[in-house]
Amino acid sequence: MADVAAAPQHAQIVYRHSLMVRITHWVNALCLLVLLLSGLQIFNAHPALYLGSTSNPDRAILSMDAVQRDDGTFAGITTIGSHTFDTTGVFGLSYGPGGQLEDRGFPSWLTLPSYRDLATGRRWHFFFAWLLVLNGAAYLAYAAWSGHVRRDLAPTRSQLRNIGRSVWEHIRFHFPKGEDAKSYNVLQKLAYLAVIFGLLPLMVLTGLTMSPAMDAAFPFLLDIFGGRQSARTIHFLCASAITLFVVVHIFMVLVSGAWNNIRSMVTGRYIIVPDTGEAADGK
Amino acid sequence: MGNRRTLTRRNFLIRGAAVGGAAFLGGCDQLSQSPSFRDLLYRAEGLTQRAQRLVLSQHSLAREFTEADISKHFKANGSTSVADPQYQRAAADGFTDWKLTIDGLVERPTALTLAELRALPSRTQITRHDCVEGWSAIGKWKGAQMAPLLQSVGLKPEARYLVFHCTDKLSMFTNYYESIDLIDAFHPQTILAYEMNDVPLTVPHGAPVRLRVERQIGYKQAKYIERIEAVASFDAIGDGRGGFWEDRGYEWYAGI
Repeated sequence: MADVAAAPQHAQIVYRHSLMVRITHWVNALCLLVLLLSGLQIFNAHPALYLGSTSNPDRAILSMDAVQRDDGTFAGITTIGSHTFDTTGVFGLSYGPGGQLEDRGFPSWLTLPSYRDLATGRRWHFFFAWLLVLNGAAYLAYAAWSGHVRRDLAPTRSQLRNIGRSVWEHIRFHFPKGEDAKSYNVLQKLAYLAVIFGLLPLMVLTGLTMSPAMDAAFPFLLDIFGGRQSARTIHFLCASAITLFVVVHIFMVLVSGAWNNIRSMVTGRYIIVPDTGEAADGK
Repeated sequence: MGNRRTLTRRNFLIRGAAVGGAAFLGGCDQLSQSPSFRDLLYRAEGLTQRAQRLVLSQHSLAREFTEADISKHFKANGSTSVADPQYQRAAADGFTDWKLTIDGLVERPTALTLAELRALPSRTQITRHDCVEGWSAIGKWKGAQMAPLLQSVGLKPEARYLVFHCTDKLSMFTNYYESIDLIDAFHPQTILAYEMNDVPLTVPHGAPVRLRVERQIGYKQAKYIERIEAVASFDAIGDGRGGFWEDRGYEWYAGI
């Protein structure tokens, strides 16, 4: 808990995010959005996942198919392992951009382009993959040079000791105020570290493992991930995990002072609400 | 009062997100069709090609697998038959009178029968085929190595690419074709395959001869090859992008 005596009595503006962090954050956000949607376009060209080197249709661990029901109508069926789900309208069978039912893995409002076009989906995907990697490299170089990782992202010992309390505060939607609000809380730090040093590098490496040329240059990629089709599955799972992170991230931004948070990621300036000890949540 | 303001703000955010999302997707569709934006997206291909060629040496081989890894089901994709009556007659008698033409910018244009092709230095490899759609299958290929064949016909100095003209038509009017540059042409795993899984190539898989260029995606593995032309540029062939699928927006450099 922050020392009440040291807490500012009035709202205080602090410079929270450096220019480099702000720029790379928004470029990264754009890249992730385009990569997700164009990735689902690419997935739709063969909406099934496998383990190992090859794609034996009998051994799919996930698939999305359009099937004809006994009464002649069509259904979208999603199969995960040995479980099947009727996902008509969303997965397997949904209305295309032209308004007619199509057999497509993900629906048109989740793919880029909205209509079926693998070639263009690949063009978007690889262009923004390069942008993601170059942007990520710029961020990492800056983070290493400026001490951003150590200063802002590495949890302190006391934060790690009190992780249980932080979880409890989050569950009750109580967010740090005063001095505590000047730095990321421990759950935030761990989530950001997991994405920056875990999921995003995995995303890039499994993406490269799907490239036959990269497999020839670096055959160990195939051994690390257990074959090209396993890499494709891990790529899909990591994308799902990043999407989950983004959803939670946006939710937390909205519930913990939306405008203040968004402004700080645009202008860098963040308003610290004095810690009065009350649950002053603004409204 | 406070509650209503929160709700309004929440509604505003939700509606804003929905409208923004629809505008974003609509905008992306428009950008996808804008020639200048497509030109921008297409630039990633050159970057990918240069980066991959930087980390690949001429000796980096695609992984080779064992007999046990061979896929039971190897999907035949693209054309799986050829309508041309002359081809069908040739197929009916085992391609004994069939010939593969090698011409263009070569010192000694030639036409090889299947028997002559089989007599050339060959290579057998069990490799993974990666379709651009996302699936993979492992097959065993035997074929004439491209490098010694090119040395025997003698490439002229201005030759930069090999164009593979095929007998099949995937669209109504155009024959399938593909092209590779000399880096891939002289790679040891680049072969003119006439056997798959120890039997002569079947019609669905491109009989009598298909290309294997193992460090690239499936559509580069041209089937039903009837002519190999050495060229300085493929600008004047098809729509000028170097292949049937390339003319339809796919990358010419398909290492990814």
